[in-house]
Amino acid sequence: MTWKHLCAAAKLEEGEPLGFKLGEQRVALYKVGDEVFATDDVCSHAFALLSSGFLEGHVIECPLHGAMFDVRSGKCRSSTYKDITTFPVEIRDGEVYVRLDGGPALEAAGGSAVDLKP
Amino acid sequence: MSGLVVIGASYAGIQAALAARDAGYAEPVTVVADETSLPYQRPPLSKEFLLDQASAENLVLRDEAFFASKRIELLLGHRVVAIDRHAGRLALADGSVLDFDRLVIATGSRARRICVSGAELDGVCYLRSIADAVELKARLGRANEIVIIGGGFIGLEVASSAVKLGKQVTVIEAAPRLLERAVSPGISRFLLDVHARAGVTVRLGAAISAIIGDRGRVAAVELNSGIRLDADLVVVGIGGIANDELASAAGLTCTNGIVVDEHGRTARADIYAAGDCANHYSRFAEGWIRLESVQHAEDQGRAAGLAIADRHEPYDSVRRFWSDQHDVKLQIVGHAGRRGRTVIRGSIEAGRFSVFSYRQERLVAVDSINNSADQMVSRRLIAAGISPTPGQVEDSSFDLRSLLKSAKAVA
Repeated sequence: MTWKHLCAAAKLEEGEPLGFKLGEQRVALYKVGDEVFATDDVCSHAFALLSSGFLEGHVIECPLHGAMFDVRSGKCRSSTYKDITTFPVEIRDGEVYVRLDGGPALEAAGGSAVDLKP
Repeated sequence: MSGLVVIGASYAGIQAALAARDAGYAEPVTVVADETSLPYQRPPLSKEFLLDQASAENLVLRDEAFFASKRIELLLGHRVVAIDRHAGRLALADGSVLDFDRLVIATGSRARRICVSGAELDGVCYLRSIADAVELKARLGRANEIVIIGGGFIGLEVASSAVKLGKQVTVIEAAPRLLERAVSPGISRFLLDVHARAGVTVRLGAAISAIIGDRGRVAAVELNSGIRLDADLVVVGIGGIANDELASAAGLTCTNGIVVDEHGRTARADIYAAGDCANHYSRFAEGWIRLESVQHAEDQGRAAGLAIADRHEPYDSVRRFWSDQHDVKLQIVGHAGRRGRTVIRGSIEAGRFSVFSYRQERLVAVDSINNSADQMVSRRLIAAGISPTPGQVEDSSFDLRSLLKSAKAVA
């Protein structure tokens, strides 16, 4: 289990999800109140980045077709589509880390994340 | 066995079953459908499926194990032939019966058939179901000259897939512009240009007088103007018709679809309808409307399912729709109706823009090209009845989301 560093917590703004790439794994970060959540950045329905979606409360809406997921549980609101993976988040010294428990490929993924937003 | 029975296993039907179950409905739930496939995604049928980028298995929404985990029984490959609403009983085509306490009719819609001479020829295709798509895909592989009748969503999506497969494609549209009833004129012009650049020939204001055959197979399409277009495959996409005959025969009120209230209820308290087959009053459309879209089917199906579980959350969503053509993502939110002023946000040249449509001073619809951010905020603005000024819309540095925040602050 490796914690991967993504960014400074101060970079996250309420209602402004951020997308990252750790090797092949895309991760989206969401700030809701004082908490930060992380999920797979790719919608379970069709290829679209949830980090470009609309976050309202704990619900992220996929920008393409409107599928909605709870960022805490990854649960699809309508159950029509599969749930998305969530990742544990830890904030240490003002920096955001996520834990990817997706097997050796992810463990071996590059140590630093690529921030997909300018 | 009674409980809840849902007729139809597409978006509206499975959403009604799932919403009822998830909201605590404890009785048996059965979904009966004439199609034999597990519930599947329909939008990719005209795109990824035809292009071999998605198989039938890829399109399955949820598998048997998922439905079993929800204690929802799928009775696939069974056609309902009659509803006895007094007895609370369905008659199935194989002679068996199915009793219900609550019924959701989610029978969808079917493709409108073209009425011209030659319509019955081999090589005249329609697209609605996976079975249609399997056939169309096989025929597309063998065809060279394809004529598509109807410049609506299905026609234009099939056109973009067919041209990508290297086929010669002509789209015939009776109206003076593409998607006339669905999008603003600016979007129609943009899409016409996109199709032309991709190599699709579009003939606007053209009507079909006949489909010409040769030994029982399609050979050409003849237009009213007398022009004859050679064709070895004709795809017809001229709209849909509600599958409301079962409901109508059972004495339920049907006017272009089964008439329902904001909970998907018919006049019979225990019978609901949702999706393509239903007609409801929409405050956004300011009238009664029958819609064919994933979002509508899901949201109305959900409202019906919740009501069945005694959770009454009215269906009050702003209509949303999407269509992928060539490299363009078109998204629509709201109901323009008779449009007044339209305002452009973004850059048409760059292929990323939105058309905001107003009725009087009120924002009623937004059509976007490759700009889902505008769509997501617009849906919320329309739902909340907030209309940005044309000046705010035109100024791309103005954050439309700030209007939502300030509205919340006032509330």
